[in-house]
Amino acid sequence: MTIDWSWIGDHTDDLTSLTLSHLQAAMTAVFFGVLISLPLAVIAHRIRPLRGFLLGVSNVLFTIPSIAIFVLLLPVSGLTRTTTVIGLTVYTLVVLLRNTVEGLDSVPAKTKEAAKAMGTRPLRTLLTVEFPLALPVIMAGVRIATVMSISLVSVATYIGDGGLGQLFTDGFQRDFPTPVIVGVVLTILLAVVADALLVALQYVLTPWRRRRA
Amino acid sequence: MIQFDAVHKRFPNGTTAVHDLSLEMPEGGVTVLVGSSGCGKTTTLRMINRMIEPTSGTIRVGGKDVTRQDAAELRRSIGYVIQQSGLFPHRTVLDNVATVPLLLGWNRKKARARAAELLETVGLAADAGKRYPHQLSGGQQQRVGVARALAADPPVLLMDEPFGAVDPVVRTQLQDELLRLQKELSKTIVFVTHDVDEAVRLGDQIAIFRTGGHLVQCATPAELLARPADDFVAGFLGAERGLKLLSLKTLADVPQGPAPEGGTWTLVLDERRRPRHWASKETELPVRPLRDTDSLLSALDESLASPTGLVARVDADGVLTGVSSRDDIHEHAGRAHTEARVAA
Repeated sequence: MTIDWSWIGDHTDDLTSLTLSHLQAAMTAVFFGVLISLPLAVIAHRIRPLRGFLLGVSNVLFTIPSIAIFVLLLPVSGLTRTTTVIGLTVYTLVVLLRNTVEGLDSVPAKTKEAAKAMGTRPLRTLLTVEFPLALPVIMAGVRIATVMSISLVSVATYIGDGGLGQLFTDGFQRDFPTPVIVGVVLTILLAVVADALLVALQYVLTPWRRRRA
Repeated sequence: MIQFDAVHKRFPNGTTAVHDLSLEMPEGGVTVLVGSSGCGKTTTLRMINRMIEPTSGTIRVGGKDVTRQDAAELRRSIGYVIQQSGLFPHRTVLDNVATVPLLLGWNRKKARARAAELLETVGLAADAGKRYPHQLSGGQQQRVGVARALAADPPVLLMDEPFGAVDPVVRTQLQDELLRLQKELSKTIVFVTHDVDEAVRLGDQIAIFRTGGHLVQCATPAELLARPADDFVAGFLGAERGLKLLSLKTLADVPQGPAPEGGTWTLVLDERRRPRHWASKETELPVRPLRDTDSLLSALDESLASPTGLVARVDADGVLTGVSSRDDIHEHAGRAHTEARVAA
């Protein structure tokens, strides 16, 4: 298996746009995933009886095969980017929801009690005490969801999207390995860079965890 | 002033935490609530700022029924210190202290300036403000907890076993610090502890609770030690009740005379006439000089430790003013007891 370097040189523009499209699909999914998970996690955290139900639903959604989910969405949103993003978002929920609930659970009762006793109202306590303290666990979920989404985007090739995944179909159809290898390398690179950026973001957002006693 | 009027608290599981409590906590004084665990002392404290709502009865702070006020606003007007400080781990010490002023809508600059001022008040270095709570020792964290409670200058301070988790040496320091602060600030303080010695040291008034949320006796420490209402109170105060009473009396009235010369033991002074040690021909023993403000209990202890039975007395600078004999100290201790028990 040899790499045709000249093919890469001839297709830099395509590769760049596919990479960006790939990244955009994954990031949009994670963004909506977080947007949906945060309020659901708060509900699951505060209302115990709903907790098992919400986590259960997210688990069940996760077990639907990825191709099936895109097919199921076709009547709703057709062969569009929207279908890709909805599909990916559904998958992010399982990690994001679970981690956010666990993050909120991990906030010490003593700290919440202190906030209340100082006269902090519940919403402000949630935003300024509970979420910041839950952030490390939430961010762990965001990292997994991001890497997972980046790897899953390729599946959307079946509905005509799929970012770098298009390189795989292209390569297989023509029995030409270069695009496949390039697609794999770029996907991994994207995942590694995105993960590193998220680690850096967490570092910036949690200054209190940097300094040791 | 805080007034409890026929307050009853029953939890949903059926246990009565506080039983028909009527109690006044005077303005500018320290009321200590003591009792073994499960006696309702913490519940009583937490009903004041509505962390727990009473089942029946009324609680008034400064004449106003607490249940008629917005809970969050009420809590901002009442300082609260809890065990292991309950500081916000993700905020700097300065921002922790600034919590309530910020909730009250002060601008950040003013709130931080006030916080910095309070760190100094509770005896912390200014650079502690930039640190995070986990970077401080337990004792320092507890000081931050006190500073945070004082930040908005509330008239009332609730302290729930605030010094329960620190070692005895630091605990004594924190108690001293609280007494010093209280002299300046005259807050109405409600203090929960299960430590009788702490209660006796800090309280202007001590309320003893028995399991089931019954208030058994509420009195000044001296009165409580001299005349416990029943066997439960006597038992709770412990066998050395008499000695504890002596910890409340000072040495000031005990007569003193010049240090003797020419005996087996001589009190050796340094060049500024401060006692250094007791010396005989063969050896020397340490001396613990006492001031007028020290307790009769310390004096009794020192008179037993001293090889001559004499206690060295010093002024505020540590300069010898004279010595008191074991007999004089004993006699005063006995008299203090009798007075406390006879006084109506």
